[in-house]
Amino acid sequence: MKEQSYDVVIIGAGVIGSAVARELSRYRLRIAVLEKELDVACGNSSRNTGVLHGGFTYRPGSLKAECTVEGNREFDQVAKELDVPFKRTGKVVVGFNDEDLRNILKFKQIGETNGVRGLEIIDKDRLYRIDASAGGEFAMYSPASGILNPMQYTIALAENAHANGAEFFFASEVTAIENSAGRYRISAGNQHFSARWVINCAGMNCVAISEMLGISGHQVKGFKGEYFVLDKKAGQYLNIPVYPAPNAKGGFSTHATPTIDGNVLIGPDSYLTDDPDDFAATRDHMQGLIADGSKMFKHIKRDFFIRNFAGTRWKRIDPATGEVLDFLIESRADKPGIVNLIGIESPGLTCALPIARRVVGRIRDREQLAPNPSFNPVRRGIPPFAGQPRERQQALINADPNYGEIVCRCETITKAEILRAINNPLGVVTVTGIKNRTRATMGRCQGGYCETRIAALIQETLGSKETEVLYQHAGSYLFTGKVREDDHHAA
Amino acid sequence: MQHKQVIIIGGGPAGLAAALELYHNGVTDILILEREKHLGGILRQCIHDGFGLLRFKESLSGPEYAQRFIDEIDRLHIPYLTDVTVLDITADKKVLAVSKQGLLEFQAEALALTMGCRERTRGAISIPGTRPAGIYTAGVAQSYINLANTMPGKNVVILGSGDIGLIMARRLTLEGAQVKAVFELQPYPSGLPRNIAQCLNDYDIPLFLNHTIIDIKGRSRLEGVTVAAVDEKFAPLPGTEKDYPCDTLILSVGLIPENELSLQAGVELDQRTKGALVDDSYQTSSPGIFVAGNVLQVHDLVDFVSAEAEKMALGIAAYLHSHSPQSTQLAIRGDASITHTVPQRVSGEKDFTLSLRPSRPAQNCAVQICQNERVIATQTFRKVLPAEMIQIPVAADLLAEAGDLEVRIAC
Repeated sequence: MKEQSYDVVIIGAGVIGSAVARELSRYRLRIAVLEKELDVACGNSSRNTGVLHGGFTYRPGSLKAECTVEGNREFDQVAKELDVPFKRTGKVVVGFNDEDLRNILKFKQIGETNGVRGLEIIDKDRLYRIDASAGGEFAMYSPASGILNPMQYTIALAENAHANGAEFFFASEVTAIENSAGRYRISAGNQHFSARWVINCAGMNCVAISEMLGISGHQVKGFKGEYFVLDKKAGQYLNIPVYPAPNAKGGFSTHATPTIDGNVLIGPDSYLTDDPDDFAATRDHMQGLIADGSKMFKHIKRDFFIRNFAGTRWKRIDPATGEVLDFLIESRADKPGIVNLIGIESPGLTCALPIARRVVGRIRDREQLAPNPSFNPVRRGIPPFAGQPRERQQALINADPNYGEIVCRCETITKAEILRAINNPLGVVTVTGIKNRTRATMGRCQGGYCETRIAALIQETLGSKETEVLYQHAGSYLFTGKVREDDHHAA
Repeated sequence: MQHKQVIIIGGGPAGLAAALELYHNGVTDILILEREKHLGGILRQCIHDGFGLLRFKESLSGPEYAQRFIDEIDRLHIPYLTDVTVLDITADKKVLAVSKQGLLEFQAEALALTMGCRERTRGAISIPGTRPAGIYTAGVAQSYINLANTMPGKNVVILGSGDIGLIMARRLTLEGAQVKAVFELQPYPSGLPRNIAQCLNDYDIPLFLNHTIIDIKGRSRLEGVTVAAVDEKFAPLPGTEKDYPCDTLILSVGLIPENELSLQAGVELDQRTKGALVDDSYQTSSPGIFVAGNVLQVHDLVDFVSAEAEKMALGIAAYLHSHSPQSTQLAIRGDASITHTVPQRVSGEKDFTLSLRPSRPAQNCAVQICQNERVIATQTFRKVLPAEMIQIPVAADLLAEAGDLEVRIAC
């Protein structure tokens, strides 16, 4: 089989791989991104709280602290460039007792050392005025924190990278990497790639890829967290992420967070897992989320439950002490051509572009990078119909009548948006891919009204057979076949 | 902005019956708005029979039942628009809708809300486990099979014994799938006895009461579910877990009236029915806004939906004549033996039909309607079931002018 030759191969198309691809596409480089799933953001990039962090829990001088503060400061500009909905809501870290106060004050101090602006301790009255639904006797207010849709951000980074020349290969799980004569030969899916540079952005699989690259000794440990997604009816009560006071190690338990789209997330909690594919919701943890979440947000009730999901933070661990370590961006003299990213967990979303720039820096340390003269940092998303003024909605329909056909009733997503999602630049056509690009099926009926329509539009638009319509992963077929074969000879 | 006397939102069985009844009562400046390409609502995908037994004394399929109304709508040239989705309604009865031609704005004198209901989902009942493909609500599976000619799967487990799930147990079996079992959380079925008999018993599909699903397995496509028996508080009983390999899970775990538009107009809802609080004209707390059908309360028979919509139409016709707001003289309350009543208030000035459901099965009992400690109407039953809606006609001349009504099932 013919080998496809690149300057850089990026392994993993989560938010980090996509950000690295985007930052590298500023230069004259042939870039391939290899992803084992069928879309970007299939791992933990789509399984988090969607918060732009401030940076007050990370050890001063750490990469986590540095990248979080940097990523936070630039995000208004980034969101504008990439057309990603973003709100700088601020965040409150609430406390109930003296121990909470001690921890909050400690982390305020850490935040200030890290350069986080505007942190202040507020009393119960002020907390109530900021968000009447928040629990807590007092709080630290962080005005710089914000919320975004993590799937849309990852998609935007990837689409922008793609528009600037990076190529994305899905269903391309890396199975072997060889190094010969200064080039890496990578087997992925049914294809072979070669490159001078390999960037390990494999997230929860980073240690496996690292070992394929010949770098052993790293260890990550999975801290799984579960979530409830609440109806937008709950969203009317919550303006701002409400976090409990961190424990002495800086860990947060269950919080309540409004999403940029108007829902509320309750979670995550935290417990250990060994399985990178363990995203199951579990009964005991669901009950724990309700109990703990109710302390943060007063309006949790069963009528608001629309979905559950889980994610896992794969933290880098010191194999000797078991201590959680900082993000690692590793390039070794004895392993030229490798940038190894280990333990990029939360706040990876906030840190994606700062990390990507540091990866570029590692490459620039070894070779001259020529600017890509046609690089354009601007990417436009699918224009939404919902929430627009009437004149704008009318103009959208005038330009494309499919904007006048509502496919997803709960979220008011139109046929025009679905068709644009099906014809997206990355070529992703799963139901989940369309959901992540448009929000269709994400409402309270969870696709009861629109999933049949989306499945039909995928089939019509692509001319695919019913057995080829996929929900999310390879093999996630929606249909086993036709009920009746078409019989053209019927009387 | 176009002006209409009555705008009917939803062209399913309730909307169609309301339009015809309005027309027959001299209200002809009507417009039905329907978001689908065709009138008929959910009946279009209900190709099984049993519709119309009460109304037409014959057993029709859903499309046949709907067509009788659609033909009449067409014959009388009652106006309707399809492929139009209503985005917003207001308390002063303005309607904003969207179509491929653009935004449409209407001012109505009265609104008839007949939007039906939606299915409760996996997320709403928080079933633990993974999130593979192969999990469908019963109505979605029905739509895939009957409207899209696609088979959702071959080895099926059904959670919930609601009528659509029972119908799908039979439908899937007839199309060659293997339906392993139906599991019901409650100690009694949620579906009609006739569907238990005709859809499960006739095909040897077992029904397990007091059971639920405690885990879902599979990454890409569903691989199996774990089922457990539950105690009286619905907590799974340790040691009763059993795995069922399957590629398809059908959920039939309840219907929720689709009141998103009603809420926009400030219509007050009943926490028990999840539908509007109405009087005996089916008028809501918002004057001139009326509701009927599954958006008001989930019915078990479409015949009842049509009848309810016709009574609503009479209420609308009277409102257009007098513009009187909701009458609020007498409240109706049920005790713990019933889940709810519709209507929740009556004027006391006209005969009405009281709809209710028992909260648990019972035998040899009587539904009693009392006012001022006096039983004014009573109806006896050999048995009552939560699955079966009870409807009791009440004559206005039995009612005293003052005194709220109390409803109970006495055994």
